[in-house]
Amino acid sequence: MELLIATGIGVLTAAGVYLLLRERTFSVLLGLTLLSYAVNLFVFASGRLTVGAAPRIQPGIEQYADPLAQALVLTAIVISFAMTAFVVVLAIVAHGRLGDDRANPSAEEDI
Amino acid sequence: MNHWIIAPVLLPALVAGLLMLGGSAFSLRVQRAVGLLASAALLAVAVVLLDQSASGVQQVYALGNWRPPFGIVVVLDRLSAVMVLLAATLGLCALIAVAAGGADTQGRFFHPLFQFQLMGLNGAFLTGDLFNLFVFFEVLLIASYCLLLTGNTPSRLRAGLHYVVVNLVGSALFLIAVGLLYAITGTLNLADLALKVPQLPPQDRLPVESAALLLLTVFGLKAALFPLFLWLPPAYSAASAPVAALFAIMTKVGIYSILRVFVTVFGPAAGEAAPLLASWIVPTGLLTVAWGALGALASRRLGTLAAHLTLLSAGTTLSVAALATEPAVSASLYYLVQSTLATALLFLVCGTIAQRRGALADSLRHAGAAQPLVVGALFLLTAMTIVGIPPLSGFIGKLMLLQASFPAGQAVAIWAVLLGSSFLALVALMRAGMTLIWAARRGAASPAGVGEMTAPVLLVLGILALSVAAGPVKRFMDATAAQLGDVQAYAGTVLAAPGRR
Repeated sequence: MELLIATGIGVLTAAGVYLLLRERTFSVLLGLTLLSYAVNLFVFASGRLTVGAAPRIQPGIEQYADPLAQALVLTAIVISFAMTAFVVVLAIVAHGRLGDDRANPSAEEDI
Repeated sequence: MNHWIIAPVLLPALVAGLLMLGGSAFSLRVQRAVGLLASAALLAVAVVLLDQSASGVQQVYALGNWRPPFGIVVVLDRLSAVMVLLAATLGLCALIAVAAGGADTQGRFFHPLFQFQLMGLNGAFLTGDLFNLFVFFEVLLIASYCLLLTGNTPSRLRAGLHYVVVNLVGSALFLIAVGLLYAITGTLNLADLALKVPQLPPQDRLPVESAALLLLTVFGLKAALFPLFLWLPPAYSAASAPVAALFAIMTKVGIYSILRVFVTVFGPAAGEAAPLLASWIVPTGLLTVAWGALGALASRRLGTLAAHLTLLSAGTTLSVAALATEPAVSASLYYLVQSTLATALLFLVCGTIAQRRGALADSLRHAGAAQPLVVGALFLLTAMTIVGIPPLSGFIGKLMLLQASFPAGQAVAIWAVLLGSSFLALVALMRAGMTLIWAARRGAASPAGVGEMTAPVLLVLGILALSVAAGPVKRFMDATAAQLGDVQAYAGTVLAAPGRR
C-alpha cells in the first residue's frame, strides 16, 4: 500500500508542478489544486498508513489511527480550499481587467 | 497564566470581526477611528509585553490549557516581544498614513483586513508550534494579498497574481516539510523538536535535513532571499504607500522564522542533523544585497527604488545573522529593527512625493512639481539612515554588523558587499533626491499637511530614539541573542508549562 500512496503523491506532484509552469492562469490554478492534493495526502500519510485502526478511544483496543495527522490535514485542506477560491476570483478579475489570462503578464516597463 | 501574551493576537481579531459585523453601518470615519484606537491599544500591549519579557524567563501560554507538546503554545521571550513591538509600531504608523492619505477608500474591507494582517504578524511572532506558524503565515499572507490588491488596478493585479501564486507554492512546500518532520519525530512543537532532533538515529537524519532545507526555502521566500526574491520589487512598488510601509515587516517575518527555527531546532546543538546555516545563507544573502543595490541604481520609478532597498536591507540582515554567533545575531537584530522603520519611512515619503506630482507619479526621469521643505528633509533623513551615514541608526547598525562579522571566514566578502552596496544605494538615493526634490525647486510647493506628515515624523522619531538609545537597545539585543541561543532553557521552560494533558 505504501507504494500505491507514494506513487499517487508523486504523480499528483509531478502533474501539479507541470501545470504550475504553464502560461494560462487556469492551468496554474489546476496545478495549484493538484499540488495541494498531493501535499495533503503526504501530510496525512506522515501519521503512518494503517488499515482498520480505530478512530475513537475504546477499551481493549491497542492500535489507533493517528488523530494529529488527521487534524493537520483538515486544517491544511480548509486553508488551501480558501486560498484556491481566492485565486480563482483573482484570476477571473485579472482576466477581465487585463484582457488576457496569461499567468505571467509582462508589464509595460520591467523596472 | 499571563493572559497578556495572547492579547496581540486576540485584540486585532476581535476588532476585525467587529468592523466586519458593522459593515456598511460604520462610515469610513468610524472605521478609521476604531482601527486607530485598536492599533494604539495594540502598541500599548506590545510595550507591556516587552517589559514583561525583560525578566529573561520565557513565559508560556498554553492554548486551551492543553499541555505541550501536543497542546499548542504561545511563547513570550525577548525576541517575540521585540518583533511584536515592531509590528505594532509599524501598524500604527501605517494606519495613520492610511487615514491621512485615503488608501482605504478603494476597498470595502480595508480596515478589517489591516487588523487581520496585524493578527497574523503577531501570531507568527509569538507561536511556539511549527504548524501554528504555518496557520499564522497563511493568515498574514491572505490579508497581504487583499491589501496589495485593493483597487484592482492593472499593475496591482499583475503583481498580485504573481505574488499570490508564488506564496501558495511556498505554503505547499511548508506543508511538505511539516509532514516530513512530523513523520520522523512525531511532534511539531518547536521546543520538543529542539530536544528530539539531536537524538535522531543516523538513518533519520536525511529526511530531517531535507525538511530543514525545505523550511529554509519557504522562509527564504518570505525573507526575499536570492533566488526567491523576484516577486518583491513588482509587488511592493505596485502597492499603495502605507500598505508597502506595512509590508516592510513581511520580509522580517521570514528572517525571524529562520532565526527561530534554525537556532532552536536545527542549531549547533543538533549536531550532525543540522544543515550548515552559514554555508547556504551567507552567499545567497550577499547576492540579494548586490541585486538590491544594482536594482536600486537601475530603477526608473521611486517605488521600485524603495523595493530594491528593501531587498538590500533584508539581505544585509540575513547574511550577518546567518553567522549564528551571539554578537552577529545581536547586531543583525538591531539592524533589523532600525531598517524596518527606515524602509517603511522610505515608502511613506515616496508616496507623499508621488502624490504631489500628479500624472508623473513616482517616475524618476522628470523633475515634476516642487516639494515642500519638510518632505525634502524627510527624504534626506531616510536616505541617510538607509545608506548608513552617521549619526543615525543606519550607521550604528551597519557598524555593528561589520564589527560582528569580523572574526568569521566570510568577513572579507561580507565587508566588501555591505560597503559596496551602501555606496551604490547612496548613488541611487542621491540621484533620486536630486531629480525629484533639488531639480524641482522652481515654483511654489503646496504646503505639507499635518495629517500626511504625522506618520513619517513618528517613524523619524523612532529612528532618532534608536540612534540616541543605541547603547541600551544593543544591550537588550545582546540579552535577546543569548536567550535565543540557550536552547535547553527554552525547551525546559516550554515543556514544563502547567495545564491539563
